[in-house]
Amino acid sequence: MRVNGAAESLDVEPWVSLLDALRDRLGVTGPKKGCDQGACGACTVLADGVRINACLALAVQYDGKEITTIEGLATGDDLHPLQAAFIRHDGLQCGYCTPGQICSAVAMLAEHRAGMPSAVTERSGELDEAEIRERMSGNLCRCGAYNGIVDAIKDVAGQEAR
Amino acid sequence: MTETASTTTTAGQGVGESARRPDAVLKVTGEFAYASDLWLDGMVWGVTLRSPHPSAWIRSIDVGPALKIDGVLAVLTHEDVPGVKFFGLDRRDQPVLAIDQVRYQGEPVALVAADHPETARRAAAAIVVDYEVRAAVTDPRQATDVVRHQPVRRGDTFEAEVVVTGEYEVGMQDQAFLGPESGLAVPAEDGGVDLYIATQWLHVDRDQLAPCLGLPHDKVRLTLSGVGGAFGAREDLSMQVHACMLALRLNRPVKIVYGREESFFGHVHRHPALMRYEHGATRDGRLVYVKADILLDGGAYCSSSPAVVGNAASLGVGPYEVPNVRVDATGVYTNNPPCGAMRGFGAVQACYAYESQMDRLAEACGLSPVEIRVRNAVSQGSRLITGQLIDAPAPLAGMLRDLESMPLPEGPPATDLRALPGGVSQTTRGEAVRRGVGYGVGIKNICFSEGFDDYSTARVRAELVGGEPHVTVHTAAAEVGQGLVTLQAQIARTELGIANVTVATADTAVGSAGSSSASRQSYVTGGAVRAACEAVRKRFDGLPAREALERFGPIEETREYRHRPTYPMDPVTGQGDSHTQLALCVHRAVVDVDVELGLVKVVELAAVQDVGRVLNPQALEGQIHGGSAQGLGLALMEEIQVRDGLVLNPSFTDYLIPTILDMPPMQTKILENPDPAAPYGLRGAGEPPTLSSTPAIAAAVRAATGLRLTRVPIRPEDIALFNNGEVSDGKRT
Ligand code: FES
Ligand code: FES
Repeated sequence: MRVNGAAESLDVEPWVSLLDALRDRLGVTGPKKGCDQGACGACTVLADGVRINACLALAVQYDGKEITTIEGLATGDDLHPLQAAFIRHDGLQCGYCTPGQICSAVAMLAEHRAGMPSAVTERSGELDEAEIRERMSGNLCRCGAYNGIVDAIKDVAGQEAR
Repeated sequence: MTETASTTTTAGQGVGESARRPDAVLKVTGEFAYASDLWLDGMVWGVTLRSPHPSAWIRSIDVGPALKIDGVLAVLTHEDVPGVKFFGLDRRDQPVLAIDQVRYQGEPVALVAADHPETARRAAAAIVVDYEVRAAVTDPRQATDVVRHQPVRRGDTFEAEVVVTGEYEVGMQDQAFLGPESGLAVPAEDGGVDLYIATQWLHVDRDQLAPCLGLPHDKVRLTLSGVGGAFGAREDLSMQVHACMLALRLNRPVKIVYGREESFFGHVHRHPALMRYEHGATRDGRLVYVKADILLDGGAYCSSSPAVVGNAASLGVGPYEVPNVRVDATGVYTNNPPCGAMRGFGAVQACYAYESQMDRLAEACGLSPVEIRVRNAVSQGSRLITGQLIDAPAPLAGMLRDLESMPLPEGPPATDLRALPGGVSQTTRGEAVRRGVGYGVGIKNICFSEGFDDYSTARVRAELVGGEPHVTVHTAAAEVGQGLVTLQAQIARTELGIANVTVATADTAVGSAGSSSASRQSYVTGGAVRAACEAVRKRFDGLPAREALERFGPIEETREYRHRPTYPMDPVTGQGDSHTQLALCVHRAVVDVDVELGLVKVVELAAVQDVGRVLNPQALEGQIHGGSAQGLGLALMEEIQVRDGLVLNPSFTDYLIPTILDMPPMQTKILENPDPAAPYGLRGAGEPPTLSSTPAIAAAVRAATGLRLTRVPIRPEDIALFNNGEVSDGKRT
């Protein structure tokens, strides 16, 4: 398995979740455990670019895959555009949901670019506010920073479109 | 192990600007260390065994089977508590570990430490506890054990031309912070212990911990770890004593992290309430009297129930001029989950009821919801029902007019599924969707009340670092997401004119800052930081910072700050100047309701709030959004369901909190009428929006459905089952 570009090899029991393998075995604590049952999205990571809830994934299934966590998004000291936008638009308070929100948004923008439909829209239409909300609805934020999150994503989507 | 924040910033952003959070980069890169991320070589894991029963005697506890499991290092019961066996915020009535009996489901009974969390969990399950189950008191109306009863009495006219009465109910809400309870206890060489913990108030934790551990205060040192939200749920102790007990016993670092289910049992909730109100008014809608009975279920232990009752009583009729009042607020003990602090603290429940009453009164008098409120609104110079003079600006009538004049969103919706109530779960084309608009008003006390010695301490040090002036601000105040670290740095920049500021990690090496609750930290810790900065500046002797520091060397000052004193409420009449500051927020809600399916979509929330002085516009906006979202949750979805003392839904799949789809766009208007008594004229801002959004949304749903809906959260069946023309009070039969 590659995690944020580095090869990692580890022996895990078949029942160990990807989230626990990352956090407890590899010390990659960016992905958070908010519920451990797929309800909050705090554990969202990218597996070969696809967003998944790491708490619902078994580590052994990801043998040989490329895992990207929040720690792997910045390039050196340069933040990923979404990371910078979350700061600019204050799309966070306590920040506990933020690693999951940002990973989810990264993959969501890629899904949209690839023309993937959301649960309600058949084809990728315009990525307006309603569509961003629809596509980000798997990530809870108890601090209620949602409107800042929408603004941050809209900002980055707009930059990409230009 | 414990990097929570490298909080140095160099941006020259002072008070009043949208300064960036100093911890923002750490938080968006995943580097910020929350309590659950802490790790230390050689640490072991603690797990708590909890009672499955709401009420039982404990005949015996057999820890033998647990000790036999490989990897188990210790199993502790109440017999192993080294010092005082009880703790509590207001009264020491809660056992560290159950002694001979359990009083609520989830009460801690025993602790296990093991080299792996799974091993510890298995061992805890192997402990044999012989319970003798007994009858549980789960209906607060049947409860005889009163935590506090606080009457408020004013005037003696209880007759009026127009009278409306109502009974209201508020369900048990959970703070549901996303980052679960967690801490790491590390035994120290001096026989003491260092605890790295996500909490709201380090010093009150320590003051409860030290006696339980049988240690002097200076041997129990706490450091704030990254906090994943709080909202009141971290004001009481959770695993603090437990982790320290295990660490001291084993002489090894011990980490305890709750899972989501355990978290629902591991902290107090918002008090559920049963309320009866009677409002009397003249025909033209001026309030003559209000009678109110407010019953709050405090659950098994005291926690902060007495102060919650005090707020429910003193703020029980809302920000209205009422000459005659009979309010009785009562908190009782039951065998339900313990209840305590949650954002809005005792003012939320009554607000839902009195605002529902104001709408009924408007209807009875033929007035609009805004008009009835304007006619009765308090203003500067009014008195609360406690007799306390409102001596700072309170421009409620103007706020309501502002709110009313904000543009309404377009609608009702077309057939875009994304815009319909229920979203993808909508099974129709929206034929039964009706729109409603509602208003809500709330008043909240800021800072601790009723004579509490409420203060904060700040240490500020100015020095040259690499030839550049630099400031370090050190307090024990808990950053829980509200942006207090940002504000502390802003204040230092403004007061000292020095751009480089580090906010040191909060710990008990400096004096108490009080709690990050009651919307008080900007006021009290903000005041302390400002006072310490002023003291440092004085020692500059009129010189510019650089010159002064070159001439005098490093300068350090520590200051305590107290707000104006408050006084107890009279136990019989409730009269007294019990609050130091009052804050107002008003909401308008626009909802679409599918009256056949019972689904509600909040289309828009608009809010007007007077904050005295804006300290950080962006952070303020975040607080208003966040508070409004939690009020929305209470109105429409959030409830811990308790049956016969047992919690039915301790998970995020069954306890629903608002998602990004539930949270509507918001219009906000901020007023700045300074409070002359407060630093910078500020007024605490985090809680008021939590109050007023709930009744506004409930009123909007009533307007859309024509139902009375006397209970929150409003459930789909409250609407759908009564949509065949019959008149319903929205209560399930
Ligand atoms: S921790 Fe994975 S979804 Fe909540
Ligand atoms: S920022 Fe706290 S949960 Fe989202």
